Amino acid sequence: MDTTIKNSNLKSEEYFINMGPQHPATHGVLRLLLTIDGEIIKKVEPDLGYIHRSIEKMCERDSYQQIVHLTDRMDYLSSHINNEAVCLTVENALQLEIPDRVKVIRTIIGELTRIASHTLWWGVMGMDVGALTTYFYGFRDREMINDIFEETCGARLTMNYNIPGGLMFDIHPNFVKRTKEFIAHFKTKLPEYDTLLTGNVIFQKRMKGVGMLTKEDAISFGASGPVGRGSGYSCDVRKHHPYSALDKVTFNEVLKTEGDSFARYQVRIEEMWESMSIIEQLIDNIPEGDVQVATNAVIKLPKGEFYQKVETARGELGVYINSTGTKNPYRLKFRSPGFSNLSLLNHIAVGGKIGDLVASMATLDLVIPDIDR
Amino acid sequence: MSYFGDIYKGIKTLLTGMSVTGKYFLTSRKGAITQQYPDNRKTLKMFERFRGEVVMPHDENNEHRCTGCQKCELACPNGSIEIIWDRQIDPESGKKKKMIDQHIYHLGMCTMCGLCIEACPTDAIVWAQNFENSVYDRSYLTKVLNQPNSKLKAGVEE
Repeated sequence: MDTTIKNSNLKSEEYFINMGPQHPATHGVLRLLLTIDGEIIKKVEPDLGYIHRSIEKMCERDSYQQIVHLTDRMDYLSSHINNEAVCLTVENALQLEIPDRVKVIRTIIGELTRIASHTLWWGVMGMDVGALTTYFYGFRDREMINDIFEETCGARLTMNYNIPGGLMFDIHPNFVKRTKEFIAHFKTKLPEYDTLLTGNVIFQKRMKGVGMLTKEDAISFGASGPVGRGSGYSCDVRKHHPYSALDKVTFNEVLKTEGDSFARYQVRIEEMWESMSIIEQLIDNIPEGDVQVATNAVIKLPKGEFYQKVETARGELGVYINSTGTKNPYRLKFRSPGFSNLSLLNHIAVGGKIGDLVASMATLDLVIPDIDR
Repeated sequence: MSYFGDIYKGIKTLLTGMSVTGKYFLTSRKGAITQQYPDNRKTLKMFERFRGEVVMPHDENNEHRCTGCQKCELACPNGSIEIIWDRQIDPESGKKKKMIDQHIYHLGMCTMCGLCIEACPTDAIVWAQNFENSVYDRSYLTKVLNQPNSKLKAGVEE
């Protein structure tokens, strides 16, 4: 075989193709410019801007209460945690004392959001690598969480349940019961995820050793969330800078050192167990009390700069507010986890095949509105 | 030898996965989360907090609770609410009073954030659970929430 190729006049040539913006594996309008040689990837260039809505600029126009609902539309799979990030920044700037009840409820719903996001990710990730069944199983369990959200917050995805100073209204009387039902249900269903997919030989061959990312690279690319922790980089904001009620609970930071797609997969699966344990510690003793602290109808932050970071389902979300003392922020900047995680795609995909690119992109868990904002 | 070993292992893992799907194949009706949506319209009940659209409830005397304070208009992040008001002579007290002419709600622009309903001091507007909002023309999405000839309910302002 080798001799025939050597003696012929055939030679391979680099060429480039578009992957996206309407590619089913990019989960949104992400356009990748691939330079490939045969099927070997030479370069991946993400092209952004297809869903840019200038959320940061809109925030400069809005009051601090109105900013919160815009963050729903960034990383829509962890909308509650995004809301919480903005509210925490404003509350820290105003030095408000938030009731314990609010803190606990925020943490419980935040962890439910994380489970919902990870189940959806598990479903679509399986679909990306060719296992369509996972899609239905992931959505089945997510549906129960969505019902809990719909009953308490009024919406399934863009909840906007937080306001600066607390929560919009108290939890629904069924909230505790339903959450306990869900935990009991999900404890029997999560082992099925492993039986169905984790041990599967085709899946393992697609995942193991694909999209390698070392710890040094993870740090230098600014990776966060499960992507960083899959490479052994301890970056859980919940552990290092606890916010809300996360300092009252005990949980493990899931760390894997392999750094391949399979490690990132395992981190997310184990994170769901940890989230369930956090919810179990809090759900039985939600303190009594108010769910709101009275704030002025027009919130004016003191002059200065304020920063707060939280751990969304995808990684570290930072909110930076530069205030000049008026009712709008002078500048508001989001440090979104998806953007930094996308930046390392070229690094981990070069040298692999197009199928490997899909597998590693699936485990990066990109949400495009979060990247574009 | 490892070639056949791999085949054996591969088939074994496939069967392990299929044991889960097989279980649900046999008991699929139990615990199905899908709803037969257009067919179950009569029995479908949304949660009471579900945000479908903003409405203004009127009582049997065609009276609403909106005083025209415009707090909802100010709270709305994207200008979905417009209130047209003027000062009319109140028949009871004989004084000039602020009254709403039209409470205009642009459903097509609404992001369902709920800030207007939080801001309302008299609970004049509430969420309705209706979610079937598709219409044939965009202009139908602009709604006037107060009914024709409706007036402010007595005692709301105190």
